[in-house]
Amino acid sequence: MNSPSEGAANTGSFVTEEALRRLKKRHGAEARFKLYGQLAIGIAIVALVTLLISIFGQASSAFSRHVLSYDLNIEASYVDPERTRDPDTIARNVSGFNLMLQDQLADEFLSEDADRNIQRELYGMFTRLAVLPIARATADSPQTIGSEQTFNVALADDIDLFLKGGVSARKSVAVGVVAAGEGSVEDGITLTLASLDAVEKLRATLTELTRTDVDNAPAVALMKAGNTWYRLEESEGRSLSLTYLAGPRMLPSNGAAIEALVLAQSQENRTVTDRQIAWTEILRAQGRIKSKLNTTLFTNSDSTYPELAGTAAAIVGSLLTMLVTAMLAIPVGIFAAVYLEEFAPKNKLTSLIEVNINNLAAVPSIVFGLLGAAVFINFMGLPRSVPLVGGLVLGLLVLPTVIIASRAALTAVPPSIRTAALGVGASKTQSVFHHVLPLAAPGIMTGAIIGMARALGETAPLLLIGMVAFVAEVPDGPMDESTVLPVLIYKWSTGAERAWEPQTAAAIIVLLVFLVLMNLIAIILRRRFERRW
Amino acid sequence: MLETFGHLPVAWLLFAVLAAAAFMAFYVGRTQAVGIARGYTSQLNSQPNYHGYFVAMATIAPAAIILFLYILFGESLVRAQIAGELPERIRALGDLELAQYIDRISEHATRRDALATGNALFDAASDRYTDLVGLSRIAAILLAVLAAAGGFFFGRSRLSGDFRARARVEDGIKFLLFLCAAIAVLTTIGIVASLLFEALRFFSRVNVFSFLFGTEWNAQTGADFGAIPLFFGTFLIAFLAMLVAAPIGLFSAIYLSEYASPRVRSIVKPILELLAGIPTVVYGFFALQFVAPIVRASATWINGLPFIPDGFLAAQPTSALAAGLVMGIMIIPFVSSLSDDVINAVPQTLRDGAYAMGATKSETVKQVVMPAALPGVIAALLLAVSRAIGETMIVVMAAGQRAQITPDPTADLTTITVQIVALLTGDTEFDSAKTLSAFALGFVLFIVTLIFNLIALRVVKKYREKYE
Repeated sequence: MNSPSEGAANTGSFVTEEALRRLKKRHGAEARFKLYGQLAIGIAIVALVTLLISIFGQASSAFSRHVLSYDLNIEASYVDPERTRDPDTIARNVSGFNLMLQDQLADEFLSEDADRNIQRELYGMFTRLAVLPIARATADSPQTIGSEQTFNVALADDIDLFLKGGVSARKSVAVGVVAAGEGSVEDGITLTLASLDAVEKLRATLTELTRTDVDNAPAVALMKAGNTWYRLEESEGRSLSLTYLAGPRMLPSNGAAIEALVLAQSQENRTVTDRQIAWTEILRAQGRIKSKLNTTLFTNSDSTYPELAGTAAAIVGSLLTMLVTAMLAIPVGIFAAVYLEEFAPKNKLTSLIEVNINNLAAVPSIVFGLLGAAVFINFMGLPRSVPLVGGLVLGLLVLPTVIIASRAALTAVPPSIRTAALGVGASKTQSVFHHVLPLAAPGIMTGAIIGMARALGETAPLLLIGMVAFVAEVPDGPMDESTVLPVLIYKWSTGAERAWEPQTAAAIIVLLVFLVLMNLIAIILRRRFERRW
Repeated sequence: MLETFGHLPVAWLLFAVLAAAAFMAFYVGRTQAVGIARGYTSQLNSQPNYHGYFVAMATIAPAAIILFLYILFGESLVRAQIAGELPERIRALGDLELAQYIDRISEHATRRDALATGNALFDAASDRYTDLVGLSRIAAILLAVLAAAGGFFFGRSRLSGDFRARARVEDGIKFLLFLCAAIAVLTTIGIVASLLFEALRFFSRVNVFSFLFGTEWNAQTGADFGAIPLFFGTFLIAFLAMLVAAPIGLFSAIYLSEYASPRVRSIVKPILELLAGIPTVVYGFFALQFVAPIVRASATWINGLPFIPDGFLAAQPTSALAAGLVMGIMIIPFVSSLSDDVINAVPQTLRDGAYAMGATKSETVKQVVMPAALPGVIAALLLAVSRAIGETMIVVMAAGQRAQITPDPTADLTTITVQIVALLTGDTEFDSAKTLSAFALGFVLFIVTLIFNLIALRVVKKYREKYE
């Protein structure tokens, strides 16, 4: 028998090739097993990071928005045809302001004989309600009627998306200078360019951007000479045939530099037309398009137009709902926990309540929505879509969470506190309310805030009690029709237009900011006040 | 007079009146107690304040009970009364339409700026309704005031030098605490009762077996209520979610509890828990915008492979796979933190025994710790499955609406929760089979998750006791 102290020399017989191989295999298995664990954690973290990056990436474009800085001549004949000077009448006259904007835009950008389709393209760069702030500003100071004022007019969501690099893949190419030009703006233009190489480069870019997999439509080139824009129709050798789109109505002079903007999709396949792009580029070159912080996201209520939709009403709705939830769940939860932890006799009823609370915590949230629909709305006859009902449903939903957290906080208070209180003559109730509860308060509040955070993110039960209604106004009270942030996110995510996507992501970030704040408060409370015995 | 009362927001008013009454009663009770003791309050069995609390309690408790009853039953009484007064031809409409007619009356009557509709009967009924509401409110308030007065005098009459006011007040507090604890039970009863009630109404119209075993679901337009496709979709998506969550969650838990240093643990654990704190609607958006297109593109790519038959995968814009994957990510923290708890509960002595035999860490985990923790881990997985089955927003946004049975995970499937939302969103009438079917589905959902939860909670409890 070898004693361990004699070491490796005498154990030679055990260290066979076979044993070493087995040992290596075992160590390999060990390393692999550890790797699986690291891999699992890695995947989870990558998933979290991907989620956050994809949402922040989407949202980043929604926090800024492009506006056109426009000198608008406020004409009384449009905005206040009856000369009432009444702020209400003026503020409501959206169609008058709209018409005024359209006519002044047409004066600047369209020729006299422009047909209706072209007009519609120009007007389509703004949504109808974009003049709403102008109408309100004019109503607030009627003396501006008759003068020229500079306003920032929100561009339509598609134009905004184009300016942010969306809508279509694109590339700019310099095509060189004009050698000769003929034709007219009305009937089409044929240009001969100085350099064949540059035209070949343009053609190569066109082929490169043509997407053969999707619609098989060739790429399109918009050409710019000075401030005038044309569309490339055909090209052969050094000659290009163009149609006029927008800008000063003239032929490029000889020697003028030509630039091309090549777009992967033709205008049939995108939401912004060639002419709108030309106008946008002209305005951008003039420095009249500005990117602004999108404050509408926080100041406006819901709207059918993504560029005018905001979260204000939903934030207020969420706050009202949370208020009702807190008023129900926090006191009832704390009292229930106090009863179960301090007073409840050990009997069947108590254990039933305990099992029941644990089960209730695991009931799917949508079931609470069904409860709300059946009991609060159908049976008790409370109105749909109001924060009161939403708050009650969410209050019942987070009640088990609050109870469980409060019980944990109460158990953490050592029994010596209770016995000391009883020892100096306090009653059971006094020992609990004067000593145990204050000591457990930080833990209880932490649990309560975490429960509230859960309620704030909850969507499904609220859908069932009608909080999906379109609410265009900030609610006044808990009996007013309203919606909440997560439901607004759900609604926006179902929007058909592309512009809803960044908007939804931005609303998600607003929600996440609230959640992070609440959790931070909980963490601070815990760090600052929690005592360990 | 009646009409003004019918419109008044009485709730706040009453609340203020009750609060004032409580203050007054407290003051009166306290003064009386001091009077009884002639200033020597140590003569009293309880402090004067407790006498005050007692009188206040005796004053507001009966009034509160009456007002609570009024909130519960007041409106139904008014509705019953107005139904009795309506002319015969409207009462002959049948329960459902009568209820809807009264709904319209009540809605019209509660709106203060409502104009006369011109329909003489309707306007008269609406006015009468307002009057009746006013009457019922006056009655309730009068009764409450009487009860409060009665309680007040009763409370005062009980006060004496050796009256054990503190004990009585504490009994009252204890009862209040008990009521709060009972609300949780009432909630469960409310859930079971409402789901069961509405589900039974549904089953009086649709056969139970054709609901549970039918394979055609077309609740929105037709009258096909065969829920098998929904059960299939629910379980397929839950299965896909578990395929993601179970290995990742378990391996994370094992790594965190057996391998990670305390520092790594203190960083990684909160990060994993972050996943649990993200609202489900955010996951739904992620699934819809990010994962579903990738799933679709991959499916299209697979379809394009040479040896795959054309249209092998459905490659829908919303798919069971997208929903399942994201749901899996969402429930990783449930699996990991619950398993972490059970793994940590395995006594260190078992591990030390294994190490002493020369086992490596992974061998200890595989052959000693996991077998010991197995019941707890299974319970954790069961809870996660129950969570996956009941999850709503991810599937509503990313799984689709089509009720079909197909093993192809890239097809759009629908689930129980998706259908509940689809059936109950927007304006709902509580008497159509369509609406009621949502409650039947909810009942099934509740029962299934309840069974999973009960088993899991029981196993966890048993298991904890075993090693404590």
